[in-house]
Amino acid sequence: MSHQITNILLVGVGGQGILLASEILSEAAMLAGFDVKKSEIHGMSQRGGSVVSHVRYGTEVFSPIVPEGEGDILFGFELMETARSLPLLKPGGTVVANDLQISPPSVLMGQETYPEGLAERIKAQCADFLLVDGQKMAADAGNVKAANTVLLGAISKRLSISEAYWLKALEKMVPAKALMINKRAFQMGRELL
Amino acid sequence: MKTILSGNEAIARGAYEAGCLVACAYPGTPSTEILENTIKYKEIDSSWAPNEKVALEVAIGASFGGGRALCTMKHVGVNVAADPLFTLSYTGVRGGLVLVAADDPEMHSSQNEQDSRNYAKFAKVPMLEPSDSRECKEFTRLAFELSEQYDTPVMLRSSTRISHGKSVVELGERVTDLPLPKLEKNPTKLVMLPGNARVRHPLVEQNLVNLSKAAATMPFNRLELRDSSIGIITAGICYQYVREVLPNASTLKLGMVHPLPHDLIREFAAQVDTLYVIEELDPFIEDQVKAMGIKAIGKEIISLCGELTPGRLRSAFGLPQPATIPIENMPGRPPNMCPGCPHRGVFFALNQLKAYVTGDIGCYTLGFMPPLSAMDTCVCMGASIGMATGVTKVVSAEEKKKVVAVIGDSTFLHTGMNGLMDMVYNNSPATVIILDNSITAMTGRQDNPASGHTLMNEPTNAVNIPLLCKALGAKNIRVINPLDLEETKRVIGEEMERPEPSVIITNKPCVLIKREDVFQKGPVYAVDAEKCTGCRACLKIGCPAIEWRPAGDGSKKGKAGIDPLLCTGCDVCRQLCKFDAIGSVK
Repeated sequence: MSHQITNILLVGVGGQGILLASEILSEAAMLAGFDVKKSEIHGMSQRGGSVVSHVRYGTEVFSPIVPEGEGDILFGFELMETARSLPLLKPGGTVVANDLQISPPSVLMGQETYPEGLAERIKAQCADFLLVDGQKMAADAGNVKAANTVLLGAISKRLSISEAYWLKALEKMVPAKALMINKRAFQMGRELL
Repeated sequence: MKTILSGNEAIARGAYEAGCLVACAYPGTPSTEILENTIKYKEIDSSWAPNEKVALEVAIGASFGGGRALCTMKHVGVNVAADPLFTLSYTGVRGGLVLVAADDPEMHSSQNEQDSRNYAKFAKVPMLEPSDSRECKEFTRLAFELSEQYDTPVMLRSSTRISHGKSVVELGERVTDLPLPKLEKNPTKLVMLPGNARVRHPLVEQNLVNLSKAAATMPFNRLELRDSSIGIITAGICYQYVREVLPNASTLKLGMVHPLPHDLIREFAAQVDTLYVIEELDPFIEDQVKAMGIKAIGKEIISLCGELTPGRLRSAFGLPQPATIPIENMPGRPPNMCPGCPHRGVFFALNQLKAYVTGDIGCYTLGFMPPLSAMDTCVCMGASIGMATGVTKVVSAEEKKKVVAVIGDSTFLHTGMNGLMDMVYNNSPATVIILDNSITAMTGRQDNPASGHTLMNEPTNAVNIPLLCKALGAKNIRVINPLDLEETKRVIGEEMERPEPSVIITNKPCVLIKREDVFQKGPVYAVDAEKCTGCRACLKIGCPAIEWRPAGDGSKKGKAGIDPLLCTGCDVCRQLCKFDAIGSVK
């Protein structure tokens, strides 16, 4: 079945809004007429731990989690978490990563250092790699919190979901007062590819 | 209408469509969001109970009054609710009663991975197990109907992947033709004196036999014949993995995991060459299939521990794994207490005082993590105080002074107050610290009987925790500000020295509480780089807002810095700095 399924992973740090981004993606896929499943672990995510959200869509989806090595697109909101999730991606898969580093506790305390040159190292493993300055672009769009939407915009062109469904999903999932900024951020992301 | 729902949202929707009138729970991952969604339906009276036993008793009362009732909990919550559950199967119900138990294979957010299906068998209660959100909704509706039809509570088993997974669901209408609840006496059925219970027990056994027979033709138990060389009996999320990894295998997909449809299992086994039972955790189905004299393979290839994944299932069947991109070792990212968390200073003090800390279940269990490293035990909800009493019974007089129990407000009200009652009653010399942050924080900020608000966010009566401790007989009760490190360490030290029970209550709220009258951020702090000597004292509290910034010259030198976006202005780090380098930015 897996060849008919699109497998997307959204990864980052608790509190970055990954669950909302994966909900917008799932909604857009459902509106486009696909069967959709999504899975992630809540609970600890508020406390700054790693977060991995799996979204799968296609004609009929069984497992809600993406099997290792079968991810089509890895969508990283933070560089170290992007690198950590590479084994979920299929060789030759696409990586869209936010150019952002968030130090884990051991680095904050000076016991370990944040890995250097991560973006280059990910690129060495994945030729189809797009690094996005989501924070800066979102600030340009009107609010740094819309960084996720910039990234969603960036991957949206790679997926078989038309723009109208994306916009409908944004309208449903994003609070009204933030909608304008998020639509702008989405368009900025779309223009990157 | 089609929509995407999580398993928990779908269970709430199913309860709504089934005409459920009452939903009651104690929050627990991964079950919490069910009640956070039943509140969307004004027809359902939704409430948090102080613990799972009370939650089930409220649901039982609603059922006895003639209304349909839902009770939800995480797997370990069933341990707390087991007492009423085991007799509820004897009394049966009036309005349908559904008990949702959400298991946590892999222990994503739990202290064990017990398999709730054993409870269904042990308590003699039918159990349904959905495999996606659509079935969560459908099975919840069906569970209410079965409950009334067979005069029994019905359990619905979820798991983390089902509860927190999302999939497409078709919404239905709420049933409207249910009888109106009213009092109706039936004491010989509902008063479980031995004489009455002896009459009820054989009926319970007969009910399960009847249900097992009827289950062979019920649509939720589904025989799907494909390639007959491999036949797989499975249920719940495992069904999805089987279809993913072994799309050609024949399957017997069980929607009801207790009682099992024996006739259907025999029929299926006769049609396939090799029979497998694929299930997470215990060999619950497998043992029963084997006891029927049927040859099957199960735990020989599937682990008893952890959750199943498509990859693990592939390994079990010796199938090749897809190629993957290797990764290098990187620093881990464990969860941490939030910036400004009022627990941090208490654990810092306990570490410095070299206390032996009996812990409990909540965000403060993270006090175990370095650099605070101040928790020595954690077993279950409410256990900290009893354990502290027990430790003091066996160690030397000098070591008794080291024993401190820590427990949150919600956990204290859940089952901890009984422990304090015992500690005071039996005069144990341990110290109890109630970390009162005015919320049930770890599960996502749920209100509790001391927070002054209901699940429906209405203001309500609140437990006064210091007065409650006094009423339990505690003589030494002190309330402290946990953000004042000097006071915190001094008071804990004094109470540890005291050779009798003492209670310390902290009084600062969780920083995630959204009500502005409860928590507001202070002015953010910054490090004065001129004054910072790089002594690292402020790093010892492990605040995510404080960062070590290396000098960059290859030496071990550097300075501390504070992230203004994360800082809540709690002031704790300032108190650690001997060089006056940390201050608020006005």
